[in-house]
Amino acid sequence: MSGGATERLSRLLAMVPYLLARQGIPLREAARQFGLTEDQLVKDLELLFVCGTPGHMPDDLIEAEWDTGHVYLGNADTIARPLRLGVDEALALIVGLRTLAEVPGLHDRDALDRTLAKLEAAAGDAALASRQVTVEVEGEADVLTAARQAIGANRRVHLRYFVPTRDETTERDVDPMRVLLVDGRWYLEGWCHRAEAVRLFRLDRVVSIELLEVAAELPPQAVARDLDEGLFVPSPEDTVVTLELDPPAHWVADYYPVEEVQELPGGRLRVRLRAADGRWLRTLALQLAGSAQILEPAALAEEVRSRARTALAAYPNV
Amino acid sequence: MSAQKTERLLNLVMCLLATRQFVSKEQIRSAVPQYADCRTDEAFERMFERDKEEVREMGIPLETGSNSAWFEDEVGYRVDRAAYALPEVSFEPDELAVLGLASRVWQQATLAGPASRALLKLKAAGVEPDESSMLGIEPRVRTSEPAFEPVYAAVRDRRPVAFAYRAARTGEVVERHLDPWGIVSWHGRWYAVGHDRDRDATRVFRLSRIAGQVVPIGAPGEVEVPDKVDFRAQVAALAEDQPRAEARVRVRAGAGVALRRRATTEELGEGWDELAVPFGDVEVLAEELAGYGPDVVALRPEQLRASVVRRLRAAVAEPA
Repeated sequence: MSGGATERLSRLLAMVPYLLARQGIPLREAARQFGLTEDQLVKDLELLFVCGTPGHMPDDLIEAEWDTGHVYLGNADTIARPLRLGVDEALALIVGLRTLAEVPGLHDRDALDRTLAKLEAAAGDAALASRQVTVEVEGEADVLTAARQAIGANRRVHLRYFVPTRDETTERDVDPMRVLLVDGRWYLEGWCHRAEAVRLFRLDRVVSIELLEVAAELPPQAVARDLDEGLFVPSPEDTVVTLELDPPAHWVADYYPVEEVQELPGGRLRVRLRAADGRWLRTLALQLAGSAQILEPAALAEEVRSRARTALAAYPNV
Repeated sequence: MSAQKTERLLNLVMCLLATRQFVSKEQIRSAVPQYADCRTDEAFERMFERDKEEVREMGIPLETGSNSAWFEDEVGYRVDRAAYALPEVSFEPDELAVLGLASRVWQQATLAGPASRALLKLKAAGVEPDESSMLGIEPRVRTSEPAFEPVYAAVRDRRPVAFAYRAARTGEVVERHLDPWGIVSWHGRWYAVGHDRDRDATRVFRLSRIAGQVVPIGAPGEVEVPDKVDFRAQVAALAEDQPRAEARVRVRAGAGVALRRRATTEELGEGWDELAVPFGDVEVLAEELAGYGPDVVALRPEQLRASVVRRLRAAVAEPA
């Protein structure tokens, strides 16, 4: 409860200077900036409206107006400047900037350097702890540079791309949209002309990338995916497998998008996992041998056993 | 209830910012309307003490002192405006765009809230970001490990901690005591670097292997962070999966593309190649090789060969 009150106060102290500098900002836009619904923002404004400096006569109170759908604020001189950055705030932005600056193959770093210098000066002592937090973004510098070049010049690229689930290299033309780092890996998101859909390509699986003398033409349905929920998109054609995992294989439940996790006696987990490619499941099952069992589908379990039997034939003397 | 408390705290902060003089507790009690609801002196005292504490925890520099004209034992309060306010700083539109990108690095992570709050403070000068100056890259970091929050706080506050840690291969859980120096995201996973009190040496801990609670075992500020430590280099050197040796593996032609990408290949003919694969942990490599089934045969070292065979036998023995 108390966390709620100070959390909200922090927001209000950031909101007042922001709104004072943007008189007449649409309510909707202000709400979006603060990650609030319009109703929540109005509640904040109603609260500001009854607060003020000692005396608390009408002249002492903060003025707030939003009836027209535009926000006007006044008489809030004491809190017109934002509160200085806290340690977490300074650290979040400074480490974020340093992470950007570390991106391999990044040449246009002028704005980054200027921003970092200003921010560190403004943050003062609050910036000190930021050296204790590091985000490593090492990556495939050549591919990264080429992909960013293609995006900047709006050019189509030709990719030779390795697909591990099929253990093969594919060729495809892609109109690039953006380059992302998710969970420590770099991806190129773009319109794949072979799949006729938006696809994410892991840069460490790009065998080669070539800029074509063709302008990228993104069709209207090429919309960047919202990646907040993860990278995996379920499909009705997926193979669904039920596995039981011993403790050494529990990482599977953290690592892959499992649909159902059920705790069993003896520290075992029963999970349901979907995959677009059955071959990948076969590989995973062999990797987990000894610490996981396939309950369903039975055909997959039999296939895994048969592959293991064939593989063992290559080790005659053990 | 919560709204009323926010009002009270906001009025308190505005009251203390409005004054250059120190104001006494009694003056505050009459100046902030919500304190009037306190029926007894004790109730007010308790509430005021708690409020002061919470306001300070928010980073508001609430000072205690006395005005020279007063008797020395008459304590008053104020907030130093210069210490309160973000120093004057103005960012260009392209710089604000870069700051926006930096704040989104933490999307959905523990530091996402502080990052967007900080960005809004820096936008208070009224300048809008120029989104066209984007770099075309969007790094994002997740902090999904449950241990991230307490370990991050310990690193930030330089506070020693204890936790149960699961060993990589044996799965054995052992209590560890750490003076944390830094926290590093490396290959998409978070690691803590610091002085391991049990081993009396620098050690690296993967946060996803911390089981259960992270408990402070000392005061904030107690940990001395050495000046010149490259945390990233420490993690790279001490993380268990660094290549240290080379394995020999036979691979069917056309198969094992992922292995080939990091190995040197020698053609054997008759549909087979021999690969030299660098590896760190035998069991990790054995797991990968077993996944290929009959397309890959482990040759050396013997430990690797034995582990692959053990895994394949376990797969054959699986009940239906």
